[in-house]
Amino acid sequence: MNTRNQIKISFPAISINERVSRAVVSAFLVQVDPTVEELADIRTAVSEAVTNSIVHGYRKSEGNVDLQIKILENREVYIRIKDRGCGIEDIKKAMEPLYTTAPEEERAGLGFAVMQSFMDKLHVRSKVGEGTTVIMRKKLGDNQCQTK
Amino acid sequence: MAVKIYTAQEGLIAVLDGEIDHHCAQDLREKIDQAIMENQPELLILDFQQVTFMDSSGIGLIMGRYKQMCTYSGNVIIRNPPLHIKRVMKLSGIERIAKIETIKI
Ligand SMILES: Nc1ncnc2c1ncn2[C@@H]1O[C@H](COP(=O)(O)OP(=O)(O)OP(=O)(O)O)[C@@H](O)[C@H]1O
Ligand SMILES: [Mg+2]
Repeated sequence: MNTRNQIKISFPAISINERVSRAVVSAFLVQVDPTVEELADIRTAVSEAVTNSIVHGYRKSEGNVDLQIKILENREVYIRIKDRGCGIEDIKKAMEPLYTTAPEEERAGLGFAVMQSFMDKLHVRSKVGEGTTVIMRKKLGDNQCQTK
Repeated sequence: MAVKIYTAQEGLIAVLDGEIDHHCAQDLREKIDQAIMENQPELLILDFQQVTFMDSSGIGLIMGRYKQMCTYSGNVIIRNPPLHIKRVMKLSGIERIAKIETIKI
C-alpha cells in the first residue's frame, strides 16, 4: 500500500520519552485531522508499546526505541515500535489480559489488551535476546475537510 | 502531572491533573500513599476530572492504592474521568474494586 507521508524517530529508552512519543504522534497526525477519540486511541496504544520497550525490553540493558508512523492510503495509520531489548519468550502468553512479569511494580498486565482494543490491527514480533517489534494499524473515519 | 491532596468530610481526596503514565506513576504513588498513611481514611476519592491522558500505568496506580486502602478497610472511588480515560478503565474491569462516579460540581 502506498505511503503518503511518514516519520521515523529514535530515542533512548528513558521514561520521559513515553510522553515525548505521544506528543510526536499528535503532531504528526495533525495532517489527517483525526477525531479527539481516534487520536486518544492511537496515543494510548503508542504509549503502551513504548512503555513496554522501556520497562520490559530494556530492563537490564540500555538502548534505543524506534518509532515509525506512516499515513497510508484511505486514511490508514500505521505504527511500528521497535526495541532491541530482551525479547519475549512466549508472545501468546504475554498478550493474555492480566498477564504481567512485573506485578511488584504495580503493572496491570493490560498493555497489549489496550493496544488490541484501541487499534484495528496488532502484530507482535519478538525474539529472546534480539528484541521486540510491535506493528499496529488503525483506519480513520472519513473527514470532510480532508486535503487531497 | 500534578496532584493536590486534601481531607474533606467525605474522605481523602486526591485531585489529579495532567497525563498519567509510567514516568510519573511512582511519584503519584508515593504522595498518595503518604497521605493514606497519615490520615487512614475510610474513603479515598481519586478525582480524574483534570486528567488529560492515562494508559495502563494508571490502572496499576489505582489497583495499588486500592490495596493500600484495603489494609485500613477503606474504599476507593474514581470521580469524573473524561470519556477516553473511562474507556481504559472499563476495559480493565477496575470497577470491580473501585466505583466510577460522575458528579456535577
Ligand atoms: N518490548 C517488550 N520487551 C520484552 N518483554 C515485553 C515487551 N512488551 C511486553 N513484554 C512482556 O509482556 C508482558 C505483558 O505486557 P503488557 O503490556 O500487556 O502488560 P505489562 O506491561 O506487564 O503491564 P501494564 O502494561 O498493564 O502496565 C510484560 O509483563 C512483559 O513480560
Ligand atoms: Mg505494558
